[in-house]
Amino acid sequence: MYKIVIPGDFVSDDAKRAGEGTYVEEGKVYATTYGVVDDKGDIRVVAFNGKYLPTRGDVVIGKVIEISFPYWIVDIASPYEARIHMSEISTRGGKRIEFGDMNTILDLDDLVAVNVLNVDALMRIDLGLKEDLQIGRGNGRLIEVPPTKVPRIIGRKGSMIRMLKDKCNCFIFVAKNGRIWIKGKTKDIKLASEVILMITNEAHTSGLTDRVAEFLDSVKTER
Amino acid sequence: MKKEGEIEFIKDGKRVDGRSFDELRNIKIDVGVLKRADGSCYFELGNNKVLAAVYGPREMHPRHAQDAKMAVVKFRYNMAPFSVDDRKRPGPDRRSVEISKVSREALDPVILREYYPKAAIEVYVEILQSDAGTRTAGINAASVALADAGVPMRDLVSSVAVGKVGGEIVLDLNAVEDNYGEADMPIAMIARRNTITALQMDGNLTKDEFEKGLKLAMKACQQIYELQRTALIGRYNKGESAKLKDSGT
Repeated sequence: MYKIVIPGDFVSDDAKRAGEGTYVEEGKVYATTYGVVDDKGDIRVVAFNGKYLPTRGDVVIGKVIEISFPYWIVDIASPYEARIHMSEISTRGGKRIEFGDMNTILDLDDLVAVNVLNVDALMRIDLGLKEDLQIGRGNGRLIEVPPTKVPRIIGRKGSMIRMLKDKCNCFIFVAKNGRIWIKGKTKDIKLASEVILMITNEAHTSGLTDRVAEFLDSVKTER
Repeated sequence: MKKEGEIEFIKDGKRVDGRSFDELRNIKIDVGVLKRADGSCYFELGNNKVLAAVYGPREMHPRHAQDAKMAVVKFRYNMAPFSVDDRKRPGPDRRSVEISKVSREALDPVILREYYPKAAIEVYVEILQSDAGTRTAGINAASVALADAGVPMRDLVSSVAVGKVGGEIVLDLNAVEDNYGEADMPIAMIARRNTITALQMDGNLTKDEFEKGLKLAMKACQQIYELQRTALIGRYNKGESAKLKDSGT
């Protein structure tokens, strides 16, 4: 069981190792968020809940909410809107996109897998398209979880997500902003989203991978 | 209307509702009661029933009110029309606008607003049933809801009122004591550091009475803080309620 803390709780005396979710006052480390303490390496407080803050290099799933030449404005489940510049596409195929034709490439409500190219001090976020990922096509489902749970869904060196993909027989794409794209048969998608819900609800407990494996095996034998 | 002095506030060392001078009303705290809010809390203080919801940090509208350096905290205190004996006319009025401002300023010092420049953190406090001390209940509820939403904060804020009735300094006034008593003083503070973040006073107290009241409030805020803490920690020990958001196909 991990130690649960609330904002203002004393976490450690070792101010040098203070990491994410903490602040230092008079040489002592306190929690800033409601979550669990992780003191392997840096002393961090992993929040139970919270909004996604983009960092350069993250791969996220976005949804086109506005087309405003020469940008697509994209919602990335963060407090800030992000944008994709038209050149992200025209440099690929080499074909010129005319002023009114932006929606033929990406239309409103389209889902895109994007990587964060840059975030400036004014929280203007530039995105680049990842061409190898077709998101939002075919029989699939998009679910949202708090972004702080993403590492738990992926597991150590991808152990959890590998097991999920294997046993649910689905294509699962977990993005840094907590959006998860699951593609497969309807029945399999349902199972996969149930398991992901289970992981997010029990993310703060230990021995989770084993319990998930047990659960998946029990479902398999029922079928 | 009855006048001051017509009610017997203190009888055999007990108050009108049987409490002693330094006794709080019953408190009940539920965390995460609203499915669609980022964070929420239901708070009961005696007959006060208060619901707080937190949304955000999210984009600030109107845009011109954005702050380029830090998030803006929006706080709305609202009384339901059925929360008092005579129907309250719905909508903001002089009183609720004031309480919203005061409550926001009580919470501002603990919220790490600089983590989310240009964004807004919205706090909505709905008073479902009122029995004096709703602003303190609202601040307590909002503080827990903010933590539940994952908003980075330095600490929790706890709040309580003290007052003077029948010549005695008492803690956590009820409706009768508030309406016909001599003074009422709501206080919000960071309990663990004894830092006061909000203080108002209605009526008159001498310096000694003020200090006595402050001491009572500080002790009570510690108690409330412990309850807020227990509510938050207890939630994850029992297992969280389902909060999966489905965005469709």
